[in-house]
Amino acid sequence: MTRDAFLFLSAFLASGVEMVEALTIVLAVGVTRGWRSTLTGAGAAALVLAIVVAVLGPAVSALPFDVLRIVVGGLLLVFGLQWLRKAILRASGAIARHDETAAYAKEREEAERAAGERRGAMDWYAFTVAFKGVFLEGLEVAFIVITFGAAREGGVALAAAAAGAAFVVVAVAGAVARAPLARVPENTLKFAVGLLLTTFGVFWGAEGAGATWPGDDAALPAILALLTAVSLLAVRVLGRDRVRRLSVEPLEVRP
Amino acid sequence: MKYVVAFLRFWYDFIVGDDWRIAAGVVAALGLTAVLAHQGLAAWWLMPAAVVAILLASLRRARA
Repeated sequence: MTRDAFLFLSAFLASGVEMVEALTIVLAVGVTRGWRSTLTGAGAAALVLAIVVAVLGPAVSALPFDVLRIVVGGLLLVFGLQWLRKAILRASGAIARHDETAAYAKEREEAERAAGERRGAMDWYAFTVAFKGVFLEGLEVAFIVITFGAAREGGVALAAAAAGAAFVVVAVAGAVARAPLARVPENTLKFAVGLLLTTFGVFWGAEGAGATWPGDDAALPAILALLTAVSLLAVRVLGRDRVRRLSVEPLEVRP
Repeated sequence: MKYVVAFLRFWYDFIVGDDWRIAAGVVAALGLTAVLAHQGLAAWWLMPAAVVAILLASLRRARA
């Protein structure tokens, strides 16, 4: 139960965050260049992603279980640690936070400037940008669904259901707001997703390598608590360090 | 050839990302956990400790 709840929550949040970013791109291009080509591009990307999941999901699941858990654990760790690292750097102010309003404005400006190629009714600029945006953001979702799903029986369905639920929530919110979902606390969500991916990576990776967790599933919240404490401490230390450096180097101009 | 390199580059960037040492550290930690477990020793503690060390080292490099 603990594992399923964590798995659903992780897949839902990770998918939701990526979909918010994809929505920003689709909205910016659609509003600027028209909806037909934009939605065709987004739909084509969704189709390719569904094929990727349908082909890779069963292929990955066919691996022996212990091999699968160590591979999935390792991939989740590499992926999760990258997310967590970036989230900590953003939270401490070391790098700029992701801003959907700014991303939307930039996409719109580029879409307005681009001459684009129109053949028949199709605007190929809008198609390509929407396809690329949805595909690249969606690939992370597909990766998470496949890796989470592969590590336990019925996991692909559970992770896919979580991704589907996230899609519905983001699509409805986007349709109602008709604007980028800037009020979604994206940086905080990415922090949480980084923590959850890393937690699962530690748990499954160690199990796959032959270790036995004391308390079995009960180890999951303990790993999460440890990683959360370390990450928050890192944010604090990096933030303090940054303030100190800025006060020592007052003439330095930072973006 | 250009497309193969671009394809591999895309997957490298997608999975490994900004700091390749994270991936290398994860592989080493998993290998060490497997060695301990196959010796019949308690190995569960190694991954959390290694992951904390890998994360902090990567943050330290990013700050420098």
